[in-house]
Amino acid sequence: MTDIPAPAARPVRIGPGAVEIALGGGIILAWLTLALGAPLFAGLDPNAISFTALLQPPGTPGHLLGTDHIGRDVLARVLFAARIDIWMGVAGVVPPLLIGVLVGLISGYAGGRLDAVMMRLVDITVAFPFFVLVIAIVGILGPGLGNYFVALALVGWVSYARLMRAEVMVLRNKEFVTAAKVLGYGAPTILFRHILPNTLTAVLVYATTDAVLVLLAGASLGFLGLGVQPPTPEWGAMIAEGQPYVVQAWWICFFPGLAAMSLCLGFILLSDGFSRVLGAGRR
Amino acid sequence: MSLFSALGQRLLQLIPVLIGISVVSFLLVQLSPGDPVRLLLGDRATAEAVAQVRERYGLDEPLLQQYFTYVGNLIQGDLGRSIRFQLPVGDLILDFLPATLFLIAYVVVISVPAAVLLAVAAARSQGGLVDQAIRLFAVVGMTFPVFWLALMMSRFFGVELGWFPVSGYGEGFVDHLHHLFLPAVSTSAWLIPLLLRNLRAALIEEMQADHVTASRSKGLGETYIFRRHVLPNSVLPTLNLLGLMISFLIGGSVVVEIVYAVPGLGSLMVGSVVGRDYYVIQGLTLVYALATVVVTLTVDILSTLIDPRVKL
Repeated sequence: MTDIPAPAARPVRIGPGAVEIALGGGIILAWLTLALGAPLFAGLDPNAISFTALLQPPGTPGHLLGTDHIGRDVLARVLFAARIDIWMGVAGVVPPLLIGVLVGLISGYAGGRLDAVMMRLVDITVAFPFFVLVIAIVGILGPGLGNYFVALALVGWVSYARLMRAEVMVLRNKEFVTAAKVLGYGAPTILFRHILPNTLTAVLVYATTDAVLVLLAGASLGFLGLGVQPPTPEWGAMIAEGQPYVVQAWWICFFPGLAAMSLCLGFILLSDGFSRVLGAGRR
Repeated sequence: MSLFSALGQRLLQLIPVLIGISVVSFLLVQLSPGDPVRLLLGDRATAEAVAQVRERYGLDEPLLQQYFTYVGNLIQGDLGRSIRFQLPVGDLILDFLPATLFLIAYVVVISVPAAVLLAVAAARSQGGLVDQAIRLFAVVGMTFPVFWLALMMSRFFGVELGWFPVSGYGEGFVDHLHHLFLPAVSTSAWLIPLLLRNLRAALIEEMQADHVTASRSKGLGETYIFRRHVLPNSVLPTLNLLGLMISFLIGGSVVVEIVYAVPGLGSLMVGSVVGRDYYVIQGLTLVYALATVVVTLTVDILSTLIDPRVKL
């Protein structure tokens, strides 16, 4: 865990970041298994209403994590919700990543007027607080997962574009790029075959952290009633549904939050681990 | 003199950003799948009535013309009218602003000293037990949904122990402090780790700087070096970070306000989204963006004042 540079000898065989990557990867794999095998692990329908088992506390036989205000099994709902929340985190990152990488790549390489225009566009977008703009766009387009992804794509590309542009501006003056130019390769080949592969690690490390931001933003929208619509189980929406009962039945809200927390912990550990490996490689 | 010309340059650069912000907030309403006029008049309005309102609000004009009207109104401080409240959006925002400002100031007052203390403790015991514990806190702190923590805290400290009110804003300064304590703490619990992570890294980097090594070789004590050489040099990174975080802070305050029913801009925003009050959404988004621009500008100016080497 320490990052004191030890130039003389390296007695420890485990490289920097390995522990974090193993832990984070393990948590994410475990959640993927739980989500995909939800029917198997839960054993119950997440939407099955039972008026004979309302607000049962955790530990009730047959309902390990208790039941909610209409008798639905909390464990089943948490596990089925994982499918949507993982999807939100992972799929929510992709469109902004693709747009941002493309913008940053072209902007950083071309420079000049195109770059200036693109960067003004970036300045304008970052002037809006991320979550506020997402709420505004979803609010105007209408609630739902699809519009959430649209809002993310419109807002989230900025960070990737900035990161990518900075990387490209360093790389474009490297010898291998000059060599490629001398050999007569066109700009698209140089950009996609020579520069892009060298930037991917940095982009992926950022994307792992971004997944946390995106997932929590999605859950927040669900909580506000603007994301995934009930009765579909989603952690944020579950917490909102449990809020009126939080005094008598804390478990309806508690477990979805805990689930979100553990999944995000997985992503953050993974990202920390990756950036340590990257840092060690660059040193 | 050069500072003023730099400031002028910086303000000039803001012009395209301000134009962009106005375009984005103008286009927001254009994105709406529904017809704002229908919303205003209800479903049963006659076609003539709709056409009449369209003409009155200038909605039958070309888009560009509408944009210029919009900007012209903005310059006069007119943000449009709320359909839900039947009030000017500007007045509405001013009504809901104090609670949010109070909350954000409260969060900053709690978070910055806490983050600095923790970061100093971590950096001084780098690799040690204290450092490990603080870093664990910093990692875990980034993972939970803010609204969830807020809800759990309101249940425990508000309902179970009865120490704090769980909703509203109260009357008078002391009452505000009491009412907004839990909202501020739950937002801070999420902001502190973000500040902490970056500040710890900045401190550790500063501790390895040449001037610190030079002080050590002069035989100065570690505590003295830390206080006189390391800490002052970490003020700037903290300030810049806070400038960057303000946008996250605003976003975080939205959900926390909902949990604790604080009558602030976040509550107004979500209420307007649910009630499809497009002009309030538009006005709020614009105000939020302008606020972020002002904060960023202030941070940049302060940075130059603190350290003249920093260019505006």
